[in-house]
Amino acid sequence: MTTRIVELRQGILKKNDELARALRGRFESAGVLVLNLVSSPGTGKTTFLERTLRELRTSGARAAALVGDLETDNDARRLAASGAPVRQINTHGICHLEAEMIGKLLDGWELADLEYLFIENVGNLVCPSSYDLGEKIRVALLSVTEGEDKPLKYPTLFNSADAAVITKIDIAEACGFDRDTALRNIKEIRAGIRIFETSAKTGAGMAEWLAYLAGSRSSR
Amino acid sequence: MHELSIVSSIVDSVTESLAAYPGARVKEVRLRVGVLASVVEDSLQFCYGIATEDTPLAGSALIVKSLPIVAFCSKCNTEVELPGVQSFRCPLCDEPVSGLRQGRELEIESIEIEEV
Repeated sequence: MTTRIVELRQGILKKNDELARALRGRFESAGVLVLNLVSSPGTGKTTFLERTLRELRTSGARAAALVGDLETDNDARRLAASGAPVRQINTHGICHLEAEMIGKLLDGWELADLEYLFIENVGNLVCPSSYDLGEKIRVALLSVTEGEDKPLKYPTLFNSADAAVITKIDIAEACGFDRDTALRNIKEIRAGIRIFETSAKTGAGMAEWLAYLAGSRSSR
Repeated sequence: MHELSIVSSIVDSVTESLAAYPGARVKEVRLRVGVLASVVEDSLQFCYGIATEDTPLAGSALIVKSLPIVAFCSKCNTEVELPGVQSFRCPLCDEPVSGLRQGRELEIESIEIEEV
């Protein structure tokens, strides 16, 4: 009997990474800007996305959304009210979206007809950070009710994000939200990141966010 | 908490690579896991025992090597190791660091097998 060491040097999420790379190529050649929205449950991803889709439609832009949840199609129905094409992914217990799920859900969609595609991930700040979905921009969202140290507690996600969105700033005062500390903590984990302070309710910060989207599209 | 799906991927990859060594038994699987990989070793170990049952990996040991964050500091013009995951500043000059060179790894480094 002989013992042997076999070098594998293989990424454990290799399959996902390969699928994500293929998706990224598809998105780029179709000219659609893809964003992956990640936050805790209750941050207000859906409300923020509803407002984003509505405003994009008003401005004549073509946007669509994929939304992931463990169960129910409640979020897809809410988002579809904006008039944008929306599809729901139910992961049935899986805590994150994977590239394979995105690929399957795109069947029948003409990507070249879209300018923006938003992927609303499952509410979770841990697992989604390991799974590339082929997005161009990863957005980490944080609401004023969550505590300013969230970026320090979940550095993997915030460090891998391209943009950070603070939601619900209309109730910041009532929550005793310490804005300076929150901004400092985000920058501590990801220097130079773009930060948007928004309220989907009042529309605060939405103009800057929409300008960023348009700019990211044209700088592709 | 996606350790079970990670362990299942490990079982699949290792089983695939065993095709070249018919009848071999796996003694050890060695991983390299960056501190930013969001993976908890205790849960990996817990899931490993369950996921390897009735596979060629049954009874093997899982060795996890943890890798600290290594980043490039453009001011010092050198790679630096960060002491933790709470601050992405250069330990030498305290400036924010840019490119991460290490810390997100989640890979199988090697396996030790016993051939008959």
